[in-house]
Amino acid sequence: MIRLSVNGTERTVAAPPEMPLLWVLRDTLGLTGTKFGCGVGHCGACTVLIDGQRANACLMAIGTLDGASVTTIEGLGTPDAPHPVQAAWIDRQVAQCGYCQSGQIMAAADLLARIPEPTDADIADHLWGNVCRCGTYPRIRAAIRDAAARLRAEPGTERDG
Amino acid sequence: MSRAGRIARRTLLVGSAAVAGGVALGYWAWRRPVANPLTGTLPAGAHAFTPYVIVDADGVTVIAPRAELGQGVASGLAALVAEEMDLDWDTVRVVHGPPSGAYYNGKVAAEGFPIAATDDGLLARGARGLGDAVAKFADLQITGGSTSMADAWDRMRQAGAAARAVLRAAAAEAEGVPTAGLRTEAGAVVLPDGRRVPYPALAERAAMLDIPENAAPKPPADWWLLGQPMRRHDIVAKSTGRGGYAIDLVLPDMVFATVRTNPARGGVRGMETGAAEAMPGVLRIVPVEGGAGVIADNSWTAMQAANAIDFDWGAPPFPADSAAMWETVAASFTDDRRDSRLRDRGDIGAALAGGDIVTAEYRVPYLAHAPLEPPGAVARLTDGRLEIWAGTQIPTFARDLAAERAGLDPDAVTLRVLPSGGSFGRRLEADFILQAVDLAAALPGRPVKLTWSREEDMARDFPRPMAMARGRGAVAGGRVTALELSVAAQSVAASQMGRLGFPAAGPDVAIVAGAWDQPYAIPACRVTGYRVPEMVPVSSWRSVGASQNGFFHESFLDELIHAAGADPLAERLRLIDDPLSRKVLEAVAGMAGWSGPRPGSGRGRGVALTLSFGVPAAMIVEVHDTEHGIAIDRVWAAAEVGRVIDPVNFENQMQGGVVWGLGHAMNCELTFADGRPEQAQLTAYEGMRIGQCPDIAVRGLENGDTVRGIGEPPVPPAAPALANAIFAATGQRIRDLPLWHAVDFA
Repeated sequence: MIRLSVNGTERTVAAPPEMPLLWVLRDTLGLTGTKFGCGVGHCGACTVLIDGQRANACLMAIGTLDGASVTTIEGLGTPDAPHPVQAAWIDRQVAQCGYCQSGQIMAAADLLARIPEPTDADIADHLWGNVCRCGTYPRIRAAIRDAAARLRAEPGTERDG
Repeated sequence: MSRAGRIARRTLLVGSAAVAGGVALGYWAWRRPVANPLTGTLPAGAHAFTPYVIVDADGVTVIAPRAELGQGVASGLAALVAEEMDLDWDTVRVVHGPPSGAYYNGKVAAEGFPIAATDDGLLARGARGLGDAVAKFADLQITGGSTSMADAWDRMRQAGAAARAVLRAAAAEAEGVPTAGLRTEAGAVVLPDGRRVPYPALAERAAMLDIPENAAPKPPADWWLLGQPMRRHDIVAKSTGRGGYAIDLVLPDMVFATVRTNPARGGVRGMETGAAEAMPGVLRIVPVEGGAGVIADNSWTAMQAANAIDFDWGAPPFPADSAAMWETVAASFTDDRRDSRLRDRGDIGAALAGGDIVTAEYRVPYLAHAPLEPPGAVARLTDGRLEIWAGTQIPTFARDLAAERAGLDPDAVTLRVLPSGGSFGRRLEADFILQAVDLAAALPGRPVKLTWSREEDMARDFPRPMAMARGRGAVAGGRVTALELSVAAQSVAASQMGRLGFPAAGPDVAIVAGAWDQPYAIPACRVTGYRVPEMVPVSSWRSVGASQNGFFHESFLDELIHAAGADPLAERLRLIDDPLSRKVLEAVAGMAGWSGPRPGSGRGRGVALTLSFGVPAAMIVEVHDTEHGIAIDRVWAAAEVGRVIDPVNFENQMQGGVVWGLGHAMNCELTFADGRPEQAQLTAYEGMRIGQCPDIAVRGLENGDTVRGIGEPPVPPAAPALANAIFAATGQRIRDLPLWHAVDFA
């Protein structure tokens, strides 16, 4: 049995220790906001925060996460109370198909927690591992700048909703 | 017999030869009014006004019967109705609705006709109308060809106008006032005294009235929504992890599945499943066409078990490696394999008999769709009823094929079309849906969620065909005087339509689309298509034939212009004979402040224009050569679409099309060895990453009188504009894609 905190709720999971966190979240816990894109840590669709650090959930064996604290897109904010990064994503209308955007948003939230006023080069470095097949990159950059401004205006909301 | 079976004996219109056959389908049939597929399906208290509008106690639901793939079609189509009904945009609900012939796409069939978009003659218009008739008769509910908006433009605005009219009439009747004094606003009828009667309060009464057949849409001067930036109805859900894709569906008692099939498409000679069956959590191993499926208690276990099956694969039914495939393509430039010669202007023989002759050969690879949501579907078979949840661009076909697979009548199949996490043409295929049916049949009563691994997706895509072009041209006196382009490619139409049960007749316009129909008055011009035999089965990939031919045509034209010593933009403007295309090119030149192809040392600008799907789209790309390779700095893009319905979505689609076109041109290919793609994962199929993405300035032009779609047209000019820019910066003319074989990118 593995015990971990998911979006602030304690969970006990019975799963093979090598099973990736991604599939525990999606298939066991029903938290489908975290997406499967490649399964090899290449596309970033499964980006979550583990103990405040971004990670590709498809590469994180559940057996290594006993006692960990996981934040997924569902825990970042909700439709009624979106996180400032999500609010910027909504206002900038970033999403097309939207499938990669959970991962993009989690990576952006992690970036802004580290670098409150990122340059385009910071954005390029930090979100390099998040693929968008629809090509929303120009809007992602704009939304991150927008979110940075929102977070400056609302200090204390930079992480974990 | 299923719908697919019935239509299999007819011929879908693919080319000119089939136009005549289309008439034989029976004129009477398509004149029948379509039944409203919502009739009899709604709960008490809900009323359908036309096939596009449902009013119930909670408000108004608009049916947007095209696949939402990211292109914003659900909101775009809903806006047509919302504008006419004066709905509250923030509360209107948008759903795909049931698969139905009532939602036929009257424009998509005509995409395959050999009629230039610039041709507005009587014959051209008549043939386009025939496409509408055929689509209606064949229940062609298809999302594709950037036709959704054009197809819906009249129909859904008229539907909205009709629904508004009947609700107004109901208000007049209920209140005993003349209709003439009634306004509508934000989902309500406003009475002369200022009281508001919300549509739900009028629905019951309105349902008793006849819906007018000829309600006229508003004049554009009265629009409050169309043309304005609008919030996509799905934007909050997609920004909070609640996009509602098929892969996210959670149902009680659901089990999880994947498939593994022969990556060389040669079938299965045998398989050893013992190790897979012994894995904890594995529930069933199910043979499927070309391989096996595994049902387990989670997707990961299913994928592990599928990998544990020891298959004895059959040999590929086509040349096994890329070298042999290229030999097949190169050997297809023969009279036997000539598919079309849709343009043959001037005396090309004389023009190429002497003087400054330029020749070149171009190649582009097979390309995968690789939507980020991998193929998959959920299916449940219970007591002779089949339920399917999937993202699909072909819902009527998918339903009918699924019924056939399950041995059921189509009426016993309920297909719910969900938003797709990308498609780019991939979901014009039903393969993954039929696999889900097979899996569901192995575990009746339980919902089975099929999710493909990315490896399965890369191996078993139906890619964009590889293609080769041979160009010959002449220049004289600083001008381009002759251009001949011969293109060899597999037929997408024959491959794709064959899988849907249609024999495809006539030439495949896709082989030369984006080349034969370009708006240039080159004095001698010939474009010939050659059909390569079927190798890897192929399908429509965002912008289809124009995806390769835009590169061929605009690269080769650029070569000729440089050979003539002319300016790439000025000479194109001199040659253009279509006023709408001219304005697009002038617009993009103005945006970029074009002053020539070499704005500075080590810097280069490339221009390209492609007319595809009726939309002229032009692009200027600026690059500079760095110590790390070519950096793409700026892109300016313009397109003529008649009407920009939503400037935000227009910009998003244009930018996305540029990224798609550039990213694949830079980095992507499917090459084959032992009959299977060598690119087994996204790691070997890099599109564009955020750090490589340039600033992309966009402009939409509204000079034409026809509303057009913008999902595909930005793609074809992107690759040649980039290659032309690299030539301008470095002097290196790259004729093969992907470009990374020849240059590094920063």
